[in-house]
Amino acid sequence: MSSASSSRSVMTDIGARQRVLKGLRFGDQVFAAVCKAAAVSVLVILGGVFVSLIGGAWPAFHKFGLAFFVTEAWNPVTDQFGAIAPIFGTLVTSAIAMLIAVPVGVGIAVFLTELCPLVLRRPLGVAIELLAGIPSIIYGIWGLFFFAPFLQQYVQPVLIGTFANVPVLSTLFAGPPYGIGILTSALVLAIMVLPFVTAISRDVFESVPPVLKEAAYGLGCTRWEVVRNVVIPFTRVGVIGGCMLGLGRALGETMAVTFVIGNAHRISGSLLAPGTTISATIANEFTEAVGDMHTSSLLAIGLILFLISFIVLAFARLMLMQLDKKAGA
Amino acid sequence: MTEVSTAQRIEMGASAVAPDVRISINNLDFYYGTTRALKTINLPLYANMVTSFIGPSGCGKSTLLRVLNRMYDLYPNQRAEGEVLLDGENILAPGLDLNLLRARVGMVFQKPTPFPMSIYDNIAFGVGLYEKLNRSEMDQRVEQSLTRAALWKEVKDKLTASGLSLSGGQQQRLCIARTVAVKPEVILFDEPCSALDPISTARIEELIDELKADYTIAIVTHNMQQASRVSDATAFMYLGELMEFGKTKDMFTKPQNPKTQDYITGRFG
Repeated sequence: MSSASSSRSVMTDIGARQRVLKGLRFGDQVFAAVCKAAAVSVLVILGGVFVSLIGGAWPAFHKFGLAFFVTEAWNPVTDQFGAIAPIFGTLVTSAIAMLIAVPVGVGIAVFLTELCPLVLRRPLGVAIELLAGIPSIIYGIWGLFFFAPFLQQYVQPVLIGTFANVPVLSTLFAGPPYGIGILTSALVLAIMVLPFVTAISRDVFESVPPVLKEAAYGLGCTRWEVVRNVVIPFTRVGVIGGCMLGLGRALGETMAVTFVIGNAHRISGSLLAPGTTISATIANEFTEAVGDMHTSSLLAIGLILFLISFIVLAFARLMLMQLDKKAGA
Repeated sequence: MTEVSTAQRIEMGASAVAPDVRISINNLDFYYGTTRALKTINLPLYANMVTSFIGPSGCGKSTLLRVLNRMYDLYPNQRAEGEVLLDGENILAPGLDLNLLRARVGMVFQKPTPFPMSIYDNIAFGVGLYEKLNRSEMDQRVEQSLTRAALWKEVKDKLTASGLSLSGGQQQRLCIARTVAVKPEVILFDEPCSALDPISTARIEELIDELKADYTIAIVTHNMQQASRVSDATAFMYLGELMEFGKTKDMFTKPQNPKTQDYITGRFG
């Protein structure tokens, strides 16, 4: 009797639990569906952007063909467009910016994590983060009104004078000191990219187990040897990731570059000459692009920028895979 | 069986010749910020002997070990006062070449710490800091060190594999090989077996026993049996003070201090 009643109460318990579970299961299904929708939306947006860029760029590609990629002319009046000047400007400014920002950024990160006295660590870290928080338009006006005139007056004449008789460098640093130009934008970009490289490098350097560093110091390593042989190999994936993030920003940066690059659609051997980048060209011209071919060409270089970013990311991935294979880890 | 033979060897070593003092710790105090972690430690470490530091957690035995190669120098707010003489030279003196000191006083850590590089480079790296060896000399040194650490047979066909690909016990022996390779005079072991299985532990204990022929060895351990198996002298520490120091077999059979007695019989700690 008592056993029967207790088993009945167990039965009702199970029934109640099933009802509760059914309610939960509905919630669970909604949750799964929402997450799936969020994931799918990424693909839809990416696909949508890609398709509309291709659609918009098609007339330009159709008219100019592969010559679009190697033509320097960019003339809305005669409807002649070629992408090589902005592509060149984009790649060169980004490359110089990375050349400067990576060693400096990694150096700052090493200083912050390995050498810096404790009292300085926080203020310096905050300063780096503030540098990352400055809106690009501010870098733009600062670059145009202060940095470019400074370079024009003090730095560029020295560069031109110093390298006048050195074979390759005399070409790189030729011509009148305009102030604005490829080199100036590269320097501004370097300053903008620096906090990314620094902040990420610092975070990954801090992730190195102290005991691993102690082991290296325990063999009698100097700080340089510890950083070079233990800290950087241990963290290279993170450091390269940070650099790629910075490179992504440098490639796509628009406002600051538009201010200081000079917006000239030509390729010059001199880094002091004005040039243009893809994003600067688009930002400058989209409002005045009245001809269909002009609009289409702008979309076409936009597509090219999209592809360059994609290739850079893919290349970074490939490089990391290669490194992992070599380390055998 | 091994236990018996180890004990015999200790007896022979201790009775054969009067031991040389290699490191002499005199009136050592150590501070973490304002906390006094070591209180007036006086202790000799003898050449070609294994000295074990035992005591409950937080008693300062690892701290003491880290004074001996000045590892604490990496961290601000940690400082030592007093005198630690290595072959008569005070290693706490300002202006001492820390890199040289750490090459002379090697250290093996609680957790295996292979560097993120190949097995070969793990050894060659430390050696290359001080000696310019050509390829064949380096090959030889790597083989010697790995043989010394009883690891050569297991890794000789995969020297280019990552040090991280080894098992925990192998990694620890790699770290010992790496320490031995730079030819230190003193080797410090900071709980070298606490992360290892019993078989790896036995191997490393054997290794320590072999190494003492050439080195002065100090080992921190939480394992009483390990201390009694591997060491010739034992220092018992409690709350930052050295309670008792003596021959291991005396300490474990007839400790002078009641605290030592309580600790080694497992009444606290």
